[in-house]
Amino acid sequence: MKTLGAIAVIITGALLLYASEDFPAWGDPHSPASQYRVSQHYILKTFEETSVPNMVTAILADYRGYDTLFETVVIFTAGIAIIAILRGPIDKRVRLRLASEKKLRESNLILAQTCRLLVPIIQLFALYVIAHGHHSPGGGFQGGVIFGGSLILLAISFQLQTALDRVSEKKAILLAGVGVLIYSGIGLVCLLLGGNFLDYSILHNLLQVDPITARSHGILGVEIGVAFTVASIMFAIYANLSSRGRMKGGL
Amino acid sequence: MTITEFVVSRLNYWIYVILMMIGLFAMISKKNLIKKLIGMSIFQTAIILFYVSMGVKEESNIPILEHNIAHASDHAEASDHGQVEEIRAENYANPLPHVLMLTAIVVGVATLGVGLAVVQKIHQEFGTIEEPEILAKIKSGHG
Repeated sequence: MKTLGAIAVIITGALLLYASEDFPAWGDPHSPASQYRVSQHYILKTFEETSVPNMVTAILADYRGYDTLFETVVIFTAGIAIIAILRGPIDKRVRLRLASEKKLRESNLILAQTCRLLVPIIQLFALYVIAHGHHSPGGGFQGGVIFGGSLILLAISFQLQTALDRVSEKKAILLAGVGVLIYSGIGLVCLLLGGNFLDYSILHNLLQVDPITARSHGILGVEIGVAFTVASIMFAIYANLSSRGRMKGGL
Repeated sequence: MTITEFVVSRLNYWIYVILMMIGLFAMISKKNLIKKLIGMSIFQTAIILFYVSMGVKEESNIPILEHNIAHASDHAEASDHGQVEEIRAENYANPLPHVLMLTAIVVGVATLGVGLAVVQKIHQEFGTIEEPEILAKIKSGHG
């Protein structure tokens, strides 16, 4: 089995390396991918059409809005799937172990206090990354992951229960649903105002701005929706995996 | 073209192929389910590196417009520098691979999470994550 696998892998690798000879060289500005008009259009026209300097954000949430919408749904579904697989009855024995664990945790003063100071700063930075995604690297996915990471840090440094007191499992799933709802809701509002689904320029009447700026605002709206879903699902995944679905004890 | 030239000029493809081979080998040959998942993760990383390396242009910047270019139209009449700087496609990296991989990373996390959940459930049911032992237990009708 091992030799067979190795042979298959080496043949695949050799074929790919053989094919790489036909690929463009590293950093070639004249490679087909860079010369094709889609890429050119994105670089040259994004600011004109959406007034967002960060092309990646504009493409993600506007030009490829459908892709990102269903990406968000994939995250949501993954969170639901993990809960469906792992969630079981609460084990009494785990609660007993928790009591002895608590004593251990409380003695670790430096760790607890450092995390207590760090968590709000991380969360503030996450909000900055989400809101500033138009002008610098960032956006809903990145900011959402940072925010989810802050909750996971809270769960690791104290106990899972400490983090669950702030964001319970129920609340996490609700917020994930709210995120998808914000995203698809903005699309639906566009539809109701007479435009296409996720065509934010039609929102200009509602927001009292010109159609180009309305696109920028629409992108911010869906990024917030993405951030909600990603942050809460990240935490839900951690909470379920670390406690084997019992939501008690944890790491 | 000597072999050294071939390796150096195509270094990004070599790195992605080698990482992909490691990941594929782990997925095919390893008996431990967690090791298989690690292989899957390495495989995904290889694909992400491949795509991002396709978007690179020599002497180009990240695909975010610089502030003075982005707001040049607002201050066009107040500018003393004469003509407004225009956006040149070769000054910015190709943004499309970045977007595609941004979403691929997130899907990678989601699949990894679901995979880990399944492995954990298997461990709860069979008490092991070694493939031959699980198969033996299924055959003997346990679980």
